[in-house]
Amino acid sequence: MTLPVTLVQGAYIVAGLSFILALAGLSRHESARAGNRFGIIGMGIALVATILAATGGVSVAEVGNVTLGFSGSGWFGLAMILAAMGIGAAIGLDRARKVEMTGMPELIAMLHSFVGLAAVLVGWNSSYEKTAYPGIHSGEVMVGVFIGAVTFTGSIVAFLKLSARIKSAPLMLPGRNWINLGAIGAFLVLTVVYVLVPEDAEMLRASLLGLVTLIALALGWHLVASIGGGDMPVVVSMLNSYSGWAAAAAGFLLGNDLLIITGALVGSSGAYLSYIMCRAMNRSFISVIAGGFGVEGGTIASDVDYGEHREITAEGAADLLTEARSVVITPGYGMAVAQAQYPVADLTRKLRERGIDVKFAIHPVAGRLPGHMNVLLAEAKVPYDIVLEMDEVNDDLAGTDVVLVIGANDTVNPAAFDDPTSPIAGMPVIRVWEAGEVIVFKRSMATGYAGVQNPLFFKENTQMLFGDAKDRVEDILKAL
Amino acid sequence: MRIGVPRETRPGETRVAATPKTVEQIRALGYAVFVESGAGVASSFDDAAYVRAGADVIDEAVWNADVLLKINAPSDAEIALLRPGQVVASLVSPALNPDLVASLAARGVTALAMDAVPRISRAQSLDVLSSMANIGGYRAVVEAAHEFGSFFTGQVTAAGKVPPAKVLVVGAGVAGLAAIGTASALGAVVRAFDARPEVGEQVESMGAEFLRIDVEETGPSADGYAKETSADFDAKAAELYAAQAADVDIIITTALIPGRPAPRLLDEAMVASMKPGSVVVDMAASNGGNVAGTVADTKVVTEGGVTILGYTDLPGRLPTQASQLFGTNLVNLLKLVTPAKDGEFTLDLDDPVQRGMTVVRDGEVLWPPPPVQVSAAPAAVAAPVAVKVEKAPMSANRRLGYLGIAAAVFLLVASVSPEPFLGHFMVFMLSVVIGFYVIGNVHHALHTPLMSVTNAISGIIVVGAILQIRHDSVAVSVLAFIGILVASINVFGGFRVTARMLEMFKREEPVR
Repeated sequence: MTLPVTLVQGAYIVAGLSFILALAGLSRHESARAGNRFGIIGMGIALVATILAATGGVSVAEVGNVTLGFSGSGWFGLAMILAAMGIGAAIGLDRARKVEMTGMPELIAMLHSFVGLAAVLVGWNSSYEKTAYPGIHSGEVMVGVFIGAVTFTGSIVAFLKLSARIKSAPLMLPGRNWINLGAIGAFLVLTVVYVLVPEDAEMLRASLLGLVTLIALALGWHLVASIGGGDMPVVVSMLNSYSGWAAAAAGFLLGNDLLIITGALVGSSGAYLSYIMCRAMNRSFISVIAGGFGVEGGTIASDVDYGEHREITAEGAADLLTEARSVVITPGYGMAVAQAQYPVADLTRKLRERGIDVKFAIHPVAGRLPGHMNVLLAEAKVPYDIVLEMDEVNDDLAGTDVVLVIGANDTVNPAAFDDPTSPIAGMPVIRVWEAGEVIVFKRSMATGYAGVQNPLFFKENTQMLFGDAKDRVEDILKAL
Repeated sequence: MRIGVPRETRPGETRVAATPKTVEQIRALGYAVFVESGAGVASSFDDAAYVRAGADVIDEAVWNADVLLKINAPSDAEIALLRPGQVVASLVSPALNPDLVASLAARGVTALAMDAVPRISRAQSLDVLSSMANIGGYRAVVEAAHEFGSFFTGQVTAAGKVPPAKVLVVGAGVAGLAAIGTASALGAVVRAFDARPEVGEQVESMGAEFLRIDVEETGPSADGYAKETSADFDAKAAELYAAQAADVDIIITTALIPGRPAPRLLDEAMVASMKPGSVVVDMAASNGGNVAGTVADTKVVTEGGVTILGYTDLPGRLPTQASQLFGTNLVNLLKLVTPAKDGEFTLDLDDPVQRGMTVVRDGEVLWPPPPVQVSAAPAAVAAPVAVKVEKAPMSANRRLGYLGIAAAVFLLVASVSPEPFLGHFMVFMLSVVIGFYVIGNVHHALHTPLMSVTNAISGIIVVGAILQIRHDSVAVSVLAFIGILVASINVFGGFRVTARMLEMFKREEPVR
């Protein structure tokens, strides 16, 4: 059974449109679920059309001087495809069902690596194909493999860092910017050579492609290894973007518009998301892509005497909370680490029952994934309409009675605001210190990711509540 | 060491330098505390309460203690009781009372002025001027409300509509901000003015309208207080006061520059222009007053029926609260000079805070202290500006130029590209643009689901692998098989986990 080529292309157009609707739907809570369904429908259409075409073959048609169409792979191919998809689906569904919401960053980083790996495999396979335009095809193969490999190892490093299997401190090789530039330069040179080498020199071509693959794998590893754990929200959304470009590159080399559309959508949306994250950290987009940013410049003034910090007990905190009229909770990665979202949600519920106005203030780069805190709070059933963004809350903080800072540090650091010599100067932060009282939940007086001391802890309206965030919140619940 | 808390002897003083609560805190620092009998009566703390807190309640022998905590500076009679080596911490106003400083020095004591604390963040916990000004600002509104013949808040009642009172607060320091907060909490329409335009944000955050005049004026002052102002500024400000005086019901002035006569802000004509029944509270009465006709410690009613309150004891009218805050400031001072919590009073003159407060040390006059540059405000204002200049967006012309070059390069490449490639490239470009626009307004809370769904969608690369599985070469088929497998993990896992996350996002359930 052969399919008319136009039918397959029609299916791809419908699928591409569904994906656009999926992304558009995801922009609002009300339409988000519909958006996800659009994505599933589009994927279903694309898969059915592709499997039928791949197994049944596509009728031959001449468009200009390009020959479209090919014979199918038959029942054996179908069995192979279904087997591979079945195994993949089983693994994917299982992981998706079991993952803890605090482990979401790791899962997403891991999934990115699969796209990268698939792109590399598709690129290698495609390098054996004979096409009408060998020059540009060779270039496309190189680009596809390169982006895919960078995504693959980059995501693996991100996954390892996020799951704390390797240290999240940035790797600081000397001259790391030159290493990156050198890798890209080598890639460009090898690509030109690859394009120029005649197609029948298969051994040479394969070794060139292999060399580029190795360089790209190393580059991906190095890029992400030199970025520290606190910048992971940017890294993850950047890898998301890379995985999109990898798919788009694969689309170019297969001449498949669906892959191009989808890859470009994902790539540009991921890039935009990274841009939002960068703006939230007051860092230039370019320096993020280059990797290993935010480590030079700015002296860390460790000898400054900030004075004494004050401590408070859980009972004292409970008293402050019951007397407050408005409370803002500022969670950070520490809340995720301590798995404190459930007691925090309980606390929110209790306080709201007493008529206290409770809101959450989320910094755009809180956590290890864009929107990480929102997911955790949603998991603990905190209604999403009281979970607000930094800009929505900042102006109200001066009128707030009590702020609870749970596991956040750099995102509430006043040094970013009033100390131009600070390494994080100029980064927008949540101005918690403007509130009446600030209670900071922290394990110790250690510095945050940026290695900067936080003058907030020494402000006269700040009190420290030391210990595991989960235990302390539970203590407060008991005292209430 | 022994800490002594004598009874205040100044007429009308209601406060006391230690409360039972602060006595406990002082004892925790290792000191023994002696309180003069009856010291806390006016602040509603009886002797028994001090005893329960662990203090010894004794008679005038309290003056033998090593460290004396007081509200007001010791009177001449009290200075006569002092002996060399003793420490006195109290209000001193060294700039206004050189004689007092001299006579303290003559006794050979160490005197710490609680009203000479440098205005730096670290020292705020011992700054009694701030803590007392806060109480004073609150009480000023309460006094005004007491004299004012109408509601503060507007109401619509069966008996007619009541307009809200209009309150003007001049000077947005601690007292001014406290007054603004109290007046807005009572429901009045509050306006405020300050010579420092940078406090406008604080004023607005307290719920008042900040009145501005456009004069090029004064950056923030280095010592944290408002500076004296220029003639041009004063003329414009006077216009503003004249316009406001005729309109508002209550004026609270807080313009007080330490050690100088208070600036005259409202003249007779402005006061006369106020409606009968209006109230003026002049919180600067002790230094001569901001308002024409103010008499310190007295309520004056003008011929036009305007009440001018010149009370200088506003904090003392809330004695319990004022004693508690003053006492806590003193405790914080003791914490500072007792780093080891061993009950030993050790003064460290290298610390700018302690240096600034120490007016006399063992008979040696140390006033005035070297200046401390404290205000963080100018740096904060300057920094973002500097950063912005650095990152100024490139000019429109230059941007156009770059775009032109990029377009030319692209055309060059395009001219040698095969035709199908350009077709695909068209699709690619359009999709990139759509991607940007579609994502542009995503709700921040949905970033994670968005990432997982785009991740699932980018699993579309499975299509590429599926198409390759039919290849004759076994190696290619195997690679394609692996490709399908890993990409499928993405597709199914990504959609499933997105759905799971979206299920969790719940709006608040309707209230029963």
